[in-house]
Parts: sequence; structure tokens; C-alpha cells
Amino acid sequence: MAVELGVRVVRPRPGTELGGVMRALLLWLWLATPGSALYFHIGETEKKCFIEEIPDETMVIGNYRTQLYDKQREEYQPATPGLGMFVEVKDPEDKVILARQYGSEGRFTFTSHTPGEHQICLHSNSTKFSLFAGGMLRVHLDIQVGEHANDYAEIAAKDKLSELQLRVRQLVEQVEQIQKEQNYQRWREERFRQTSESTNQRVLWWSILQTLILVAIGVWQMRHLKSFFEAKKLV
Amino acid sequence: MGRAAPRSASALLLLLLLLRAERPRGAELTFELPDNAKQCFHEEVEQGVKFSLDYQVITGGHYDVDCYVEDPQGNPIYRETKKQYDSFTHRAEVKGVYQFCFSNEFSTFSHKTVYFDFQVGDEPPILPDMGNRVTALTQMESACVTIHEALKTVIDSQTHYRLREAQDRARAEDLNSRVSYWSIGETIALFVVSFSQVLLLKSFFTEKRPVSRAVHS
Repeated sequence: MAVELGVRVVRPRPGTELGGVMRALLLWLWLATPGSALYFHIGETEKKCFIEEIPDETMVIGNYRTQLYDKQREEYQPATPGLGMFVEVKDPEDKVILARQYGSEGRFTFTSHTPGEHQICLHSNSTKFSLFAGGMLRVHLDIQVGEHANDYAEIAAKDKLSELQLRVRQLVEQVEQIQKEQNYQRWREERFRQTSESTNQRVLWWSILQTLILVAIGVWQMRHLKSFFEAKKLV
Repeated sequence: MGRAAPRSASALLLLLLLLRAERPRGAELTFELPDNAKQCFHEEVEQGVKFSLDYQVITGGHYDVDCYVEDPQGNPIYRETKKQYDSFTHRAEVKGVYQFCFSNEFSTFSHKTVYFDFQVGDEPPILPDMGNRVTALTQMESACVTIHEALKTVIDSQTHYRLREAQDRARAEDLNSRVSYWSIGETIALFVVSFSQVLLLKSFFTEKRPVSRAVHS
């Protein structure tokens, strides 16, 4: 079954590029039809979270497809339309940037505005307990980040690029991704260095402070005991 | 539908549609594995296709995890315990659903963050008909392919460094907070111990007073 990617039916005029339209349509169908991606099982109330550590201004596209275990046929069948998944995406500051309910098959997209660890959480919205009946929901998931999220067929069609030009465009996108990752790396290294320097400072100051406290307590103890014993006329 | 050229192109793409199960794919995910938990992933692999699994533990405990890979018949083809990172490639002999699992069942209180990269087959070409060329690649095109492969290596090593850095940063932040808590704890312990020493010593001499008076008299 094709994923909901917006179909635009073009009626070709006779004598025009009928072949081009057919090709585009079949190409779209081929790319859009999901093969069986990686899948895992999720319980009814279970929430599965995935972490993506990405630089800023990076696009992330996630596709998922759910299947429910059919006891009579003893195999996994596509889930009923009422069963959907709730997708929640949080940015590194724990602010929710995407919180939406999708159907049993869905595609979610977001672009990061701050660099760091983004958390993508999925859980099913099932309220009827009997839907799962003690079984598990099978979720096929595919997450593409940055340059991998680009649809080159679409870019080639839109900008009318030849094959060589498309290859060079892919290289340009890859290099941009590398640059973004390197900037992010520099930012993280600075944070790491600040943490290490803070630890260094803390160890230094606490050592000095504790030595002073030790000495002060020692002096206080001796003076207090001396005055105590003098009061007792033992010294 | 008319002419010969679009018909052959359509036929080609219909063939590609039928072959879509052959489409190479990969998944790169980072997930959290709670203590005493096991997480399994499954993927369908065709016969004769080579797949590879790279995984690394990013945060948590002693940064180790158990991992095993099973073929469709349930035979384990890879099993390692308490590994920090590893790379495993295998050529699928049987077509079917292969599963790989990460287990944190040996740990009682540390939950782990695990990164894995599962690649099946070779990288797909960016346009499907690029894979079915009849003529050889021109010099420009093969230069592009070489640069693309080199950039992929760069991106892979960037990922590797990012994971290592995340691990080190987690440890450094852990150390930082541990230093704070330990210092505060030790200061409190110092005060408590010194006051109780003084009180205890005073109590020795206070209780013995009636005894010593009796002795003197």
C-alpha cells in the first residue's frame, strides 16, 4: 500500500511526454511503497524513545507502519484504522517541538533549531484493552537524518538536473552536513572543556576549604578541651 | 498506451516495483535500554545479502551491554556479553527475518543508552535508473563516485567521534557532580565527627566525677 504522500494525477495531453509521466508515477510508487523496514514490538502502554543527536537546521524524517497480531490467522496484519500512534519530539532543552497523533501508518518531519539530543517518543493511542489482547504491536520504523532525508528524484525533477549535476548536488549536500556536524562538534567540545575546568576548580577550592576547616576544627577542639580540663582542675 | 519507449521504461519500473523487496536499506538508531530489560529489533534479509551491525553503548553503568543476533530459524549467529562496542558482518544464508537483541538484564540499576547501525546490502543509487547503466561511467561520474565514498567515510568517522565524545562528556559531567556531593558530604562528616569526639571525651570525665570524689575522700 502506498503511503499518504499527496498524489497528483496528471492527465497527459495526447502527443506529449506520456512516457515521462508514466515513469514519474511508477518511480513515485516504487519509492513510496514501503519495503519491510526494521521493526520492533511495543506493548500497549509502552513508550519507546529514540535519541537523535543532531546539529541545528537539520531535517529529520520518520516513517512508521504498524501491524497487529491476528490470533485467528496467527500472523501480523495491518492494524485497524482506529489504532494510531502518538509521536512526541522534544528538543535538547526538553521543549516539545512536535506532539501529534498519526494513524496506523504515518510520516513525521521536523527540523532542529538547536543543536543537541532530540528525543523522539512513540506510544500507541489505544484505549480499548481488548485490541491488543495481551499481544504486541509491531512497529516498522525508519528515521532519516540530514542528507539522507533528501529526495533526490524530487530535486532532479524540480531543478531539472542531469545525472552528473545530481551527483554533484549530492556531494554538496554531504559536505554541508559534514560542516554542520563539525560546528556542532566544536560547540560540544567547548561545553566539555567548561565541565572539565569546572571540575578542576571545584576540586582545588574544596581541597583548600577542607584543609582550612580541618585546621580550624583542630584548633577549636584543643581550646575547648583545654578550657574544659582547666575548669575541672585536671590540668 | 502508445509508444515503444515509454512502454519499455514503464516495464522497467514495473520490474523495479516487483523487486522492491530487494531494495537495500539501513537503520541507525539510539535508544534507551532500562535496567533488567531487553530490546529486540527484526529485519527481513534476502538470501546471499550481506548485512552489518555496529553498536556502541553511550551512557550508563559500566558502558557495556549483551548482544546477540539470530537467524530466522532461531540459531544464534553472534553472541557477546558485556561489550562496549563491536562490529559484526554476516552474509545471510537463509532468507527471512533476522533478529538482533540488546540485553541489560545483568544490571540492576543502571539504564543504558545504546547506539546501533544496521546496514543491509549496498547503498541504493540516488536515482533508480542509475543502477541499471549499460555504458561505463565517464571520468566525471567516477570522480563523483570516489568523492562520495570518501565523504561517507568522513561522515562515519564523525559519527564515531561524536559517540566517543558523548561518552566522555557523560563521564565528565558525572565526575563533576560526584565531586560536589562528595565534598559537601565530607564537610558534614568532618563537623559531625569532631563535635561527637569532643562530646564523648567530655562525657568520660563528667561521669567519673562522683567516683573520683569517693576515692579522694
